[in-house]
Amino acid sequence: MSIWVLRGLRDGVVTTRWPARPDDYADTWRGPARPLAAPLSSDPDAALEALCPTGAITAERGGNVRVDQGRCILCGHCVARRPDVFTWSQGATGSGAAALTRNQLIVPELPETDEAVEAARARLRERTAALRRSVHIRHVDAGSDGSEEWEIQALLGPVYDIHRLGVFFTASPRHADVLLVTGAGARGMTVPLRTTYDGMPDPKIVIAVGTDAVSGGLLSESDATTGGIAATVPVDIWLAGSPPSPFGIINALLVAVGRLARDTTPARLTTGSRGRRRSR
Amino acid sequence: MTGTIMPPGVKALWDEVESRVAAGYRFAGLFATRPTQVAGSGPITLSAHMATADGIATLEAALPPGAESYPALTPRLGAAFWYEREIHDAFGVVPEGHPRLAPLVRPDSPEASALPRHVTGYGMFTIPHGPVRSGVLESIEYLVETPGEAIPHLNMRVFYKHRGVQDRFVGMTPADAVLLAERTEGIASVAHAMAFSHAIEQIAGCEPPIAAQLVRVLHAELERIANHLDVAVRLADAAGLAVATARLALHKERVLRLVSGLCGSRFGRGVVVPGGVSAAPVLPPAQLRAELDRLAKPIAADAAALMATSSFLDRLRGTGPLTSERARQHGALGPIGKAAGFADDARLTRPYDAYRALAVPSARSHVAGDALARLRVRWEEVDQSFRLLRQVADDLAERAPDLYSVTCEPASGRAVGWAEAPQGEVLYDVNIEAGRITRCHPRSASFHNLVLMHEVFTGDILTDFPFIEASFGLSVAGVAL
Repeated sequence: MSIWVLRGLRDGVVTTRWPARPDDYADTWRGPARPLAAPLSSDPDAALEALCPTGAITAERGGNVRVDQGRCILCGHCVARRPDVFTWSQGATGSGAAALTRNQLIVPELPETDEAVEAARARLRERTAALRRSVHIRHVDAGSDGSEEWEIQALLGPVYDIHRLGVFFTASPRHADVLLVTGAGARGMTVPLRTTYDGMPDPKIVIAVGTDAVSGGLLSESDATTGGIAATVPVDIWLAGSPPSPFGIINALLVAVGRLARDTTPARLTTGSRGRRRSR
Repeated sequence: MTGTIMPPGVKALWDEVESRVAAGYRFAGLFATRPTQVAGSGPITLSAHMATADGIATLEAALPPGAESYPALTPRLGAAFWYEREIHDAFGVVPEGHPRLAPLVRPDSPEASALPRHVTGYGMFTIPHGPVRSGVLESIEYLVETPGEAIPHLNMRVFYKHRGVQDRFVGMTPADAVLLAERTEGIASVAHAMAFSHAIEQIAGCEPPIAAQLVRVLHAELERIANHLDVAVRLADAAGLAVATARLALHKERVLRLVSGLCGSRFGRGVVVPGGVSAAPVLPPAQLRAELDRLAKPIAADAAALMATSSFLDRLRGTGPLTSERARQHGALGPIGKAAGFADDARLTRPYDAYRALAVPSARSHVAGDALARLRVRWEEVDQSFRLLRQVADDLAERAPDLYSVTCEPASGRAVGWAEAPQGEVLYDVNIEAGRITRCHPRSASFHNLVLMHEVFTGDILTDFPFIEASFGLSVAGVAL
């Protein structure tokens, strides 16, 4: 047994300090596709829409090209074939990060999004004021491909270590504040998912983790899936990615409990423990 | 001998299957299909896939039109147990003589598929465990029959996360369908994309350039290392070894970061496409080689330390043993088979892509079949993978290739593709007409192997459960497609 005592010291501290401090891996993370701010080609057409296997692209005639990142599975077909119109989002925050409304995942954003987001943020703040610094999570797999589970498990590892942020996993829904749901909404999981949700005390927050949970991804609504989990439980935070990065999931958790706004740079982080230590 | 053979009638088909199993073929799967152009009640065809050194032989027989039943294969060949349940789920056709036709992959209410207790007696009860279980795990329900500690019988319900993957394939182009193959079993994305692409390439009659073959092997082996480390993490966690768990999780994270450094996705998604790979690796070969060296040494050191920690080994030794005889009868795949003396590694026996040119190190043979042997097999495979990866990095450096894919546009046809995933052999039976998929039946190693969990609880108790489950290292996503 004693061999492990020394082994534990081998690599020093490997834990990220993100989001209080920048982290290269988080900041260079390749998120979902998005249209270029200034598309080099000015003639959007139906051919653009056909590039996407999940129908995430909409191209208005003579108007804007939009990508619904909640449908993007990061296959890169659009970026590879039309680099004059599409590119990748960069970083685990900003465009490509957790959203407070479903429409906030559409880039460039729809005109009405700002107000809706503010309203959603206010509603969320009301419910989550009590659980800012100690949050307990329950996870339910509602038809994932298995990769999202790996990324959530990574949060418990030494690199991401979400315990440093006061976030803990719990086996019982009775202890849980946040429900992390993965998967396209398999119909077989509808009842177990709903039962878990109902078993959680109020206030509670639901995070749809990954493009499958947001929209079904490639597995859109069918006999077998509900095309996302929103048909079964009310979603508060929408996180795209196939699968999302562990940093993306941390971002979603912190946005959910009001400790981080979407598009917030580390310097503006206000209530994380590291942030407080720094301001002292 | 490969290709499609059509014995006259179902009974003749089973005779042929049985005689081939006796001749040393491995039963690799049993699927049913109904031609899509005939709506409703077209004749159902049964396809049995038999693996041999030359490839996959497919034996087929059609049921008479309108047939509602056929004589089951399961009483003659136990390995068909889940396959015939899957066929029953999908088509409603009854395999006569099948021991238990409860729903397997299509969702059903738990009440409707309630089972009488298998073991009866004083104090026997059933612990239903799942589908929502403690920890971050995929959804599956285990029904553990126990008098308190021993586990005389285990039942599984896997249908909760059925996603309709097979139906979704229909109508897709190969370029889109490979993305779905990656998501059929997300932790083995590369192997699934490869098996699918092999089928497509066979139909189209194209061969990926050597550079693409090397890049495929590169990602497949990194995927294997990540998966085996994941199993080790779960085992160490089950044994309460906090430092070992953290160390191994760190290694796994570093492997995933290397994968994302190579292609942008931590799961190697978007790399394998029919006809080759989508792009050259982002890291140049020299840097890749350096990264591999940086990873290999500490992983080997921590693995050695883990395998010298007696409190850990005590939990694995003799836990969840699979007998060599059962492994052979069932055709157990991957590390589960290898640990029980039945090794059929597709990279060696039916090599594909760059495995044909690379020297795949052959493995030591194991017979214990317990959780410890399974972990030993995994560490040996990790070691093999690093050796293969160094060859790949050197090859890529020498060749300085510029061609990473060829045009691959299949018109019509059918083929079976395979690849060795970390869990074992993955099969894709693909049918294409006019460039669109009309049928695609993936068979993961998880589907073939998970049923063996029924049989390994000899003398094990409730606290052995997490060790046995982790040592199987399977993914539920690949079972209830």
